[in-house]
Amino acid sequence: MENRKLVKDIPAEDLIVPVRAQGRLARALDSDIFYSWRTSPVTVVATFVALSLILLAVFAPLIAPYNPFNPASLNLMDGFTPPASTGAFTDNYFLMGADNQGRDVLSTIMYGSRVSLFVGILATLFAMTLGVSLGLIAGYNGGTIDAVIMRVTDIQLSFPAILIALLIFGIARGLIPANQQESMAVWVLILAIGLSNWAQFARTVRGATMVERQKDYVSAARIMGVHPILILLRHVLPNVLGPVLVIGTISLALAIIEEATLSFLGVGVPPTQPSLGTLIRIGQQFLFSGEWWILFFPAVTLIALALSVNLLGDWLRDALNPKLR
Amino acid sequence: MTEPLLSVRNLTVEFPTRRGVLTAVQDISFDIMPGEVLGVVGESGAGKSMTGSAIMGLIDRPGRIAQGEVILQGRRIDNLPDAEMRKIRGRKIGMIFQDPLTSLNPLYRISEQLIETIRTHLPLSEAQARKKAIGLLDDVGIPDASRRIDDYPHQFSGGMRQRVVIALALCAGPDLVIADEPTTALDVSVQAQIIDVMKRLCAENGASIMLVTHDMGVIAETADRVAVMYAGRIAEIGPVRDVIKDAQHPYSSGLMGAIPRLGANLDRLTQIPGSMPRLSAIPRGCAFNPRCPHVMDKCHIDQPQAVQTAPGRRVACWLYPPQDGTGANTERQSAQ
Amino acid sequence: MLAFIIRRLAQSVVVMLFVALIAFVVFRYVGDPIASMVGVDTRLEDQEIMRERLGLNDSVIVQFLRFIGNAMQGEFGISYRLQQPVTELILSRLPATIELALVSATIALVFGVIFGVYTALRPKAWSSAGIMALSLVGVSLPTFLIGIGLIYIFAVELGWLPSFGRGDVVDLGWWRTGFLTESGLKSLILPAITLSLFQLTLIMRLVRAEMLEVLRTEYIRFAKARGLSQRAINFGHALKNTMVPVITITGLQLGSVIAFAIVTETVFQWPGVGSLFIVSVQVVDVPVMAAYLMFIALVFVLINLVVDILYYVVDPRLRVDGGAGK
Repeated sequence: MENRKLVKDIPAEDLIVPVRAQGRLARALDSDIFYSWRTSPVTVVATFVALSLILLAVFAPLIAPYNPFNPASLNLMDGFTPPASTGAFTDNYFLMGADNQGRDVLSTIMYGSRVSLFVGILATLFAMTLGVSLGLIAGYNGGTIDAVIMRVTDIQLSFPAILIALLIFGIARGLIPANQQESMAVWVLILAIGLSNWAQFARTVRGATMVERQKDYVSAARIMGVHPILILLRHVLPNVLGPVLVIGTISLALAIIEEATLSFLGVGVPPTQPSLGTLIRIGQQFLFSGEWWILFFPAVTLIALALSVNLLGDWLRDALNPKLR
Repeated sequence: MTEPLLSVRNLTVEFPTRRGVLTAVQDISFDIMPGEVLGVVGESGAGKSMTGSAIMGLIDRPGRIAQGEVILQGRRIDNLPDAEMRKIRGRKIGMIFQDPLTSLNPLYRISEQLIETIRTHLPLSEAQARKKAIGLLDDVGIPDASRRIDDYPHQFSGGMRQRVVIALALCAGPDLVIADEPTTALDVSVQAQIIDVMKRLCAENGASIMLVTHDMGVIAETADRVAVMYAGRIAEIGPVRDVIKDAQHPYSSGLMGAIPRLGANLDRLTQIPGSMPRLSAIPRGCAFNPRCPHVMDKCHIDQPQAVQTAPGRRVACWLYPPQDGTGANTERQSAQ
Repeated sequence: MLAFIIRRLAQSVVVMLFVALIAFVVFRYVGDPIASMVGVDTRLEDQEIMRERLGLNDSVIVQFLRFIGNAMQGEFGISYRLQQPVTELILSRLPATIELALVSATIALVFGVIFGVYTALRPKAWSSAGIMALSLVGVSLPTFLIGIGLIYIFAVELGWLPSFGRGDVVDLGWWRTGFLTESGLKSLILPAITLSLFQLTLIMRLVRAEMLEVLRTEYIRFAKARGLSQRAINFGHALKNTMVPVITITGLQLGSVIAFAIVTETVFQWPGVGSLFIVSVQVVDVPVMAAYLMFIALVFVLINLVVDILYYVVDPRLRVDGGAGK
């Protein structure tokens, strides 16, 4: 309640410092943030959609109607079964239809979301770890280290993530022996997407670190000989958690889209392990011939996933930053 | 007695929030006479600036004037439509902001900002407006005004910029100037100059000044009357000399004790213990009760109303109960 | 001004060298250039002779310098896949990409600024909320899905516009343009919209955020307190100040239109450099990848330079004191 300064605008530093200690974080969670969540129906729906999609993906092997990758359970003759009907040669029921190979679209979506989310989350965590570390180092040390890191960040930020990811992917493909490319593809993808998204974290964290470093208590801790790593962890990190969380959420949406785009372009995960993007790539071939469901349902799932995560990120940013409201 | 230039009657400004309504300014009334300088003093958050914004009709949403009237030259202005109010802003009431570094648009030349403002209010040609602008810059003490007028704000020092701000506020000849902490952001060395320029120009134009500040020293030197604000209310209002010499409200006497004075035989400046409550946590009764040395039971229950204690002096404190009131008090002598 | 531009140019050169280093490393160490060029049955001795002739046995620094020297003459070797000089390949496909990017950038800029200003000036209006909601959907929609959706509606269902390719082009000798024929223009519509939408939402959100920020500043309050008209405040004072940061980010965004074209070009089978690049990545056609990287870097550096100069023109604070006054 007491960090509410409604009457006049709040200085910029305060925005980066919504959290001072765990006590305040806890208090904020059970008051302001929860309240703004509760009173935003869109956010509640987005949370619900995102959680359901995540749960469906995580428990796909348990709850999917069929295992689309088990040759025994599918019949090529069931190919192109329209939605909500039974296959022509098996008595499998296809709620969302079957694709060209007779795979149940609903099941492929559940397994596909699994791949998409796995890649998206790991890539984001990778980008976050890298970006936050570099940002802390740059902001705390200043000088040459800072200049170099920030220059690289600038260059990185001025190139679109998708281009960087494509390049890294291309390089990795050139370096990895052909027989290992399929098994390594997911990890290459995570690396590529992660490496293309760290800069935003680094820049934000660096800014907050520099603000924090100026503060007297940090100087005091430094003079007393507290180890820099301890200072960073104890004093600086808690203050950047909020923005990092916001960027992290938005990055997750971006990473999911990026993965889908790469897979759609045919440079992502192998077809044996399709993600939502791969499914859309497959479905696109049949759009013109009228088998719309092969494309439509994966596309809707991808949009729902990306949009709900984006909405959460957007809400989180506003909730942690009252000035933008 | 002449009619007041500005009358504020029972003005209340509220900010609705989800935790309830915050009252930034509560039921305040005062007059400003033509040519008079009224000082408004108080800690930050006391509602001084908000009062100025309310008079200008410039309260940011979701804040609003919940009650009361603002009357300028006999005409009520707090409920005017924005288009009408715009003709008053700048033309009738000028406003000087706190920080000269941020109150000028960095992308426009001084000349552009001055001429734009002058021509908004006065029927002058571009060339005439420019001439007037140069004259104004001269008046506020900018050397070589005819050349400097085409500079950008960042080419001026802080003190010079505040002179430009004063020129901008006065360029359409307003009858009242609201100066919101005009010297707070400036170097101590130029504060006095800025106050002098402002006061001299207003005196020349016959304009009144409402000088909002937390600096009692500035008020003592500049103002004719002073209103002491605390937690959104006027604690005490009266002629500056009287209030300084004989503060009636315990808060103002605390405030006066904090003015350093030459020759005063004091070991240390007195200080009021504690700090002003947040708007969201104003105590019941008199808002000053947690810090007041003379606090009584009544102070925890009812808000004191403003009482006239001498001609031109009002104070809101239970030490001065209304004539027909029941709050007898025995501490009155000790308060003085 | 001159010193400023020279400093910026120097920085650009550093960036280009940095990118060139990456391109060189890719070019030289990803895969074996010789293995990519020769058949399986080429004798080892012949390979060694080629290696020597191509200078692959020289020191790394010599090779890097040679790479830069060649790059400056627009020489990036032969495409492994197409067996054509890379520079020729890129140049022949450049007009398609540039025309697409120009049209998209214009759409994105014009509508982005209009919507951004509108939503900032009417933050509470229904229409603004609608535009903001749509923009969030826009950010969440992958470009390739927008393209597929537009193709489905306007090409498959309605049959109004072509679904792929560039239509008829007119060869101007040095430039093959689609602007001069009806089919060329029609073919441009869907890809241009597809490519512009993401940038449009970004620019719009940026303009809105900046404008809201500016509207809260003291100088806007002071302008209001001087009784200036709403119009003068919004479009004179606020908009100009909004544009200062917007120019930078927008400029960079427009640069990325060319890079984003990769996806759009693939969806619409647009014969530009983007689709060339994507095929090169798929088959690890290293010379094309390296050249494309250098090309994109050059575009970005040039745009950066233009942006810096614009910035300088708009914001007097960057100019050295003494221009106007003393």
